[in-house]
Amino acid sequence: MPSNKGDEVLVKIRGLRFFRGSLPIADGVDMDIRRGKVTAIMGPSGTGKTTLLKLIGGQLYPDAGEVLVDGKNIHTLSRKELYALRRRMGMLFQSGALLTDLDVFENVAFPIREHMTLPESMLRTLVLMKLESVGLRGARDLMPSELSGGMARRVALARAIALDPMMVMYDEPFTGQDPISMGVLVQLIRRLNDALGLTSIVVSHDVKETLSIADYVYVLSRGKVMGQGSPEELRKTDSEWLKQFLQGLPDGPVPFHYPGPDYFDDLINQDVDSHAS
Amino acid sequence: MEKILDRLQGLGVLALNVFGRLGRGSLFLFHTLVIMPQLWRRPGLVVRQIYSVGVLTLLIILVSGLFVGMVLGLQGYTTLVDFGAQESLGVVVSLSLVRELGPVVTALLFAGRAGSALTAEIGLMKATEQLSGMEMMAVDPYRQVFAPRFLAGFIAMPILAAIFSAVGVIGGYVVGVDMLGVDFGAFWSQMQAKVDFHEDVMNGVVKSLVFGLVCVWIALYEGYDATPTADGVSRATTRTVVHSSLAVLGLDFVLTALMFGDL
Repeated sequence: MPSNKGDEVLVKIRGLRFFRGSLPIADGVDMDIRRGKVTAIMGPSGTGKTTLLKLIGGQLYPDAGEVLVDGKNIHTLSRKELYALRRRMGMLFQSGALLTDLDVFENVAFPIREHMTLPESMLRTLVLMKLESVGLRGARDLMPSELSGGMARRVALARAIALDPMMVMYDEPFTGQDPISMGVLVQLIRRLNDALGLTSIVVSHDVKETLSIADYVYVLSRGKVMGQGSPEELRKTDSEWLKQFLQGLPDGPVPFHYPGPDYFDDLINQDVDSHAS
Repeated sequence: MEKILDRLQGLGVLALNVFGRLGRGSLFLFHTLVIMPQLWRRPGLVVRQIYSVGVLTLLIILVSGLFVGMVLGLQGYTTLVDFGAQESLGVVVSLSLVRELGPVVTALLFAGRAGSALTAEIGLMKATEQLSGMEMMAVDPYRQVFAPRFLAGFIAMPILAAIFSAVGVIGGYVVGVDMLGVDFGAFWSQMQAKVDFHEDVMNGVVKSLVFGLVCVWIALYEGYDATPTADGVSRATTRTVVHSSLAVLGLDFVLTALMFGDL
């Protein structure tokens, strides 16, 4: 059962089930994402962590269960209500998802232009403030193709907080980053969360970086919550599976070898293998 | 027996896929059309797309129209001169262009130039999560991306077809009158007398409107439905050109039969 102690819950997930074909992405998942906290959802690649974010954002519909965001079941909302709720949610995609035909300034200005009617001078001030908060005010005139991966994610982060959301979801924010960019992103996520009073959900499989900023962690695999707790609690876990995941051990409950026939038989019985010839 | 069952099963899967795609494509068109009225408040989005799908296609339309008209002038003259009817060259060139070649060739060129670009653009927007990003910013991609492109293609096609036909007539004139010596007055006066505004010109416009709708629908849907990988976008782009071309040629026969079948 998820822990309900302490803060008020912003996102409540109960009995969530979602399958891709026969592959379980969520198989009876319960989670509580508490307000003002950085909650990490971790797990091996291909577990469906990104899919879970899409379920929370209402981009996908579950097979069963419910996702309550700020008390509203996101999958029963009308399109208008869903869009109204999404204005209060920011999402940082793994690729950044910047609009490639707009420069950095216009990318950050995009959601503001779409949802608010502000004088151009005020909009400029607002965009520059958001860019300043991610350290890229000077890059406002660059096109997305001129940005490094880390810079693109920081611009996307500035865009995600452009409408002062209540919650920001980060999809694999550290993947493919050099150490400096990674350090910057780690600090930004924590700092923005605390400074702006956000609620952050970080989906990642980068253990060290994620545990360094998370207040609470869920570890998923094969659609189940394999472990949860504060980073300190997880580090002290007795679970062999969690130890293997958190310490990055090559073999353990998750085997090093992909399932196959017996090694000796495989080498001897070449006539039954299509690759023998 | 098992092989027959396998084939029947394969046929069933194929039919389900085809009808599934048709259904999803129809829903996509429905959503795009429903949201279209909202574009009155955002004319800038449509104007930008008219530039992208219309103005940037203009060069290929001008060059192709000129050459098609010149070939028509040359071929028409060599046939008509045998019957001493070379003064009718203007009619032959203009009717061929306005009724058939203008709308059809323009649509084929549009599918190759603008349609493939639309599919690749939408497919890459999907692959780079730009469409998902818009949805999460509470911006409807149907309003922001699909509807403006759809309307732009629908508006651009008849204009491009008209330009194609006009340039083609000039090409026919250059070859027929300037180079082969057809009478200037006969060329234009017979054209004016025989080409009917409603029967010929407007039917051509209707054709290009239908072709515009079909080409841009296929292009946008293929992009939207593309597998978000390099290979998926490449396949979708190819499908756009092939399906649009076949749809245009097939519909041209149906429309021609409906419009001119009883003449």
